[in-house]
Amino acid sequence: MRRFAELFETLDTTTSTRAKVDAMSAYFRSAPAADAAWAVYVLIGRRLKRSVGPALLRTWLKEASGLPAWLIEETYASVGDLAETIALLVSAPASAAPPKEVSLTEWFQGRILPLADISAEEQRDRVVGWWRTLAYRECFLVNKLLTGSLRVGVSRSLVTRALADCLRQPRVQIERSLIGTWNPSAGFWQALTRNEGNLHVAQPYPFFLASPLEGEVQRLGERAHWAAEWKWDGIRGQIVRRGGVCTLWSRGEEVITERFPEIIEAAATLPDGTVLDGEVLAWLGDRVLPFARLQQRIGRRKPSAKILREIPARFIAYDLLEWEGVDWRPHTLRERRDLLERVMEQRSPVLAASPLMEGKSWEELAAARGQALKRGVEGVMLKDWSSPYGTGRQRGAWWKWKVDPFVFDGVLLYAAPGHGRRSNLYTDYTFGVWNDGTLVPVAKAYSGLTDVEIQSLDRWIRVNTREKFGTVRSVEPKHVFELAYEGIASSSRHKSGIALRFPRIVRWRPDKPAAEADSLTNLREVLASCSAQSA
Amino acid sequence: MSMVDTADLITVTAAGLYCAAGDFHIDPWAPVERAVITHAHGDHLRAGSATYYVAEPGADLARHRLPAGTAVTPLAYGEPVYLGSTRISLHPAGHILGSAQVQIMQGDRIWVVSGDYKRDADPTCEAFAVVRCDVLISEATFALPAYQWPDTAVVAREVLDWWHVNRAQGCASVLFAYSLGKAQRVLAELARLTGDLVYVHGAIGSLVDIYRGRGIDMLPTAPATLAKGADYAGALILAPPSAAGSPWMRRFGEHRTGFCSGWMRIRGDRRRRGYDRGFVLSDHADWPSLLRTFRDTGAGRILLTHGYTDAMCRYLREQGVDAQPLRTEYGEEE
Repeated sequence: MRRFAELFETLDTTTSTRAKVDAMSAYFRSAPAADAAWAVYVLIGRRLKRSVGPALLRTWLKEASGLPAWLIEETYASVGDLAETIALLVSAPASAAPPKEVSLTEWFQGRILPLADISAEEQRDRVVGWWRTLAYRECFLVNKLLTGSLRVGVSRSLVTRALADCLRQPRVQIERSLIGTWNPSAGFWQALTRNEGNLHVAQPYPFFLASPLEGEVQRLGERAHWAAEWKWDGIRGQIVRRGGVCTLWSRGEEVITERFPEIIEAAATLPDGTVLDGEVLAWLGDRVLPFARLQQRIGRRKPSAKILREIPARFIAYDLLEWEGVDWRPHTLRERRDLLERVMEQRSPVLAASPLMEGKSWEELAAARGQALKRGVEGVMLKDWSSPYGTGRQRGAWWKWKVDPFVFDGVLLYAAPGHGRRSNLYTDYTFGVWNDGTLVPVAKAYSGLTDVEIQSLDRWIRVNTREKFGTVRSVEPKHVFELAYEGIASSSRHKSGIALRFPRIVRWRPDKPAAEADSLTNLREVLASCSAQSA
Repeated sequence: MSMVDTADLITVTAAGLYCAAGDFHIDPWAPVERAVITHAHGDHLRAGSATYYVAEPGADLARHRLPAGTAVTPLAYGEPVYLGSTRISLHPAGHILGSAQVQIMQGDRIWVVSGDYKRDADPTCEAFAVVRCDVLISEATFALPAYQWPDTAVVAREVLDWWHVNRAQGCASVLFAYSLGKAQRVLAELARLTGDLVYVHGAIGSLVDIYRGRGIDMLPTAPATLAKGADYAGALILAPPSAAGSPWMRRFGEHRTGFCSGWMRIRGDRRRRGYDRGFVLSDHADWPSLLRTFRDTGAGRILLTHGYTDAMCRYLREQGVDAQPLRTEYGEEE
């Protein structure tokens, strides 16, 4: 653990990418195999099933610190991280003798995982015991491992780079071995070092991701060099059909097979050794349903007959990644598409190829894109016909050409402190619009302001607080912000009766008085016009 | 009991903390007739008042920061001055060189205004002196239990190690610290561990000179000029936080940055500010020191001027202590 804590410290105290890669690489080279596997697991953001929830930790923290609950909450709001709050309040003093060294693997396998099998009292005694004996840094780390993922400013691709460096293997190979389900163990690490990696039967491929198109579409050159498809608004997924079994993966590398039995049933007709990339969509009759409807299915591990009837799902295939057990990713999109169309012929509509858009010129395509909202899609995808299927977000071959978002002007009503980098700053905002002379909250947004704007707004909020509800403050309704959102739906869960999809701040409008912000009537009109189109 | 005795000895007016019985202000934020100053930081010492009373060790700093010709009356720590019906005296606050608590006595009442203070040892200024009082007006910059300072010697060692690691890699180390107080404290703490030269930003250099004039032992310094052929590889440079990201930084070539502040106790603060390293070194009292000070002074009533005043007030009230916030314009920079 000490060695991993040192690695963590190095990663946490440098902003240099090179230094981070070197530090990880050095750790992987020197750590015992099982520790190295666990470190990879943690650094790429994998998390264990939690055996102790944050509510319990808070209760124990209250007991262990002897501080009033409200003061712990106040401190937590300022620190922005529970694991850190605990370490700050109750870890062992730096002067105390360090406890016996316990390896990273032993921490997981011998200490954290077994928590699941003991009573709450025993859990408390053990966890509080760790708090009291570990000094700040290790106490913080153990809490992080207990509560979830370890955000330490390294991306998955940085971990891949470090592994590629120390194992002398191509990054694509490493990337492939890390995707999907695997168990951190000495065996996994040894397989990784021998370049055998994690190639179990249901292993998916890393997803290729598109970048947002900036500037004029004409700059891409000739229209004929680009495939155009609708940008569907569902869950990106991969169907892996191997060894007589079908597995459906989400882009978050979760197995979602059981959640979509109708897709699996249709995919069972594919020959063995086939992998498809595509989108899971809720689809009723001849129409795609809004994302909000699909969301009602995502949460259910085993959907009921009623849900299956009311919100049926489909898989729209974008690409063919494997055929007859052979990796087709190096082929051009043109070749993969031709094969995909042949493979998809005469299958159930539940499994179909994503239709290509017509439009011989960019102008015609732009006109078709104008129909996106009406069709319930987010915009257009443009893919270079000559491109192989890449890994991650490599710019240049795939572009997403989204339709312009909706915008409205809202008034800042409430603010709460942020987390992580934004701890100790009021950065979680709630905005309202006018309804009969009062402001009703309609959106929460966290992103879109510059650091300088955040700082000055934070100061203003502290001085202009009206009321405090725990850590949330209501403020004088004064500041107007232009907010963008991707979609709108009616909602009985919100006081305003509407729910906005992915709201974010476009700009601060110091020029606009609060009285000139939008009204709920305006938003209801947008809702009505969208529903009219999709009815 | 007379009328005067029941009214608060100090109130907050448009110009700042005011004592009507003595007709003077403490650290006013607008020009007044008589200003009693706790220390020379910009939010406590502002120009424009007619007369200033300062603690003698801080007199040169006050003169440096005030326009030429301003009337500055230095008072030795403990030396009484009689203003109106009050007796006032200044006592070490341990914040920076010449920082003072103001004790005000009238009849049998004793009030103390702490200004900014810390309880940790600091080689650049006299240690905080406990002054017993009935009412204590205190700062609360770091009044949350998360703020507990590590041992200064350990932090100084961390700074030195960081510098040496960077030096071994041929990098400059740019350490940000407030120009007045913190920078000199760092130079004095490091002087116990090394004798190497440190480069300093102009804003820090002139204050280092004043500290040296007061006999404070610090590492040798040189201005971080843009002289031809200047090579800062491996050097330690002290700069005010405002220099971060400015063109002034270009002269140092490849460098790492660090920041010395109590705010660096919180990882989110550290990450947000984008420094490579944060060193937890504060010139303010941490949570345990605040509570200890309230107890030590014996004050039956605590008034808090700036920082996490709400949290501390509520905590004290729940402990049965009479506590209220005061609305002042003092900053929370460190």
